[in-house]
Amino acid sequence: MKQLGDIAGVFAYLSLLTVGGGMAAFPELKTLSVDTFHWITFPELLHFYSLGQLAPGPNMMMVAAIGATVAGLPGAAVALIAFFLPTGLLTFGVGRLWTHLATWRWRPAIQVGLGSVAVGLVLAGAIIMGRGALTDFLYAGLAVVVFVLLLKTRINPAYPIVASGLIGLLAHWLEYAPTI
Amino acid sequence: MSESPSPSAPPQPSLWQIFRVFLVMGATSLGGGVVGYLRTGLVVRQRWLDDVTFVELLSISQTLPGLNATNMSILVGDRLRGGRGALLAMFGMCLPGATLMIAAAYAYGVGGDDPWSKAFLRGIAAGAVGLILVVMVQLGAKVLKTLPDYVFVLATAAAVAGFGVQVPYALVVAGAVAIWWHRPRDRQGTK
Repeated sequence: MKQLGDIAGVFAYLSLLTVGGGMAAFPELKTLSVDTFHWITFPELLHFYSLGQLAPGPNMMMVAAIGATVAGLPGAAVALIAFFLPTGLLTFGVGRLWTHLATWRWRPAIQVGLGSVAVGLVLAGAIIMGRGALTDFLYAGLAVVVFVLLLKTRINPAYPIVASGLIGLLAHWLEYAPTI
Repeated sequence: MSESPSPSAPPQPSLWQIFRVFLVMGATSLGGGVVGYLRTGLVVRQRWLDDVTFVELLSISQTLPGLNATNMSILVGDRLRGGRGALLAMFGMCLPGATLMIAAAYAYGVGGDDPWSKAFLRGIAAGAVGLILVVMVQLGAKVLKTLPDYVFVLATAAAVAGFGVQVPYALVVAGAVAIWWHRPRDRQGTK
């Protein structure tokens, strides 16, 4: 029961940090789920996060996987509700007020100002994730190739990510030993 | 083009239709980029929204915390059928991905320690970093206009990833400075 309470608290808190997308919450997600509560290890978090990018729908459904790992199906349900309810209610409320805010003089300032901070938070999340995932030249190279490919073409991101996994398998088959 | 383009009379799909359409989008929007799938589903196929409304709702979704996909589901569901529409739209959008990720967690518990699984997951984690960087560049292309914007980006990232500053502090401090920097200046002195 205490565990479900912890899950609810952590994911409700993370929910409010997702300005600019789920990745903005990644640094705190790592701190809380790995370092504070020891629910999962950092590699496990990276695995869940990456699998979540392959799942359809909103790209943070991996919170359900963490909840399920900690406390089974109730854990998954609590994680999902906690992660989507607070921002959901906020969006619902602000959505109805929005027409009144359309002419508010501070609105463009908030939109542009929070926008640049959001980009910074996504960058921070990518750096923290990269420290765990890009441990040698092969994996750093994979990230660069996927980055360039997705930037220059309109290919569905699922393909290069699955291809990265296959290259990981190939490396294992060839007994490629990561340097770290 | 059978309907006249009058935004004053929004369509009234049934709650079941809303759930079904968002469930299909939630199940088929593979590989991120949910916004593209939302536009195809809502504007092109169902004609529940016009492009102007879609962009406006998207800008609300992007400004508020929360994921674009779920925020859009709530805003569109609410416009179509009020609170119950919003709830069902969000539920439909999340159900397929959530089910898959719960199944993935159990599969991981059984076979996650297998060296082959680990090799595969290692590969996709590297690919996912590339994807996140692309998302960042695309987000940045829309909001970063002047040099100070880039300073805010780097300061925020350095504080969080370099110095371990907690995200809420970074968000509040950098956000306040950035918003103040872009404050409305046309009528100085008024509030």
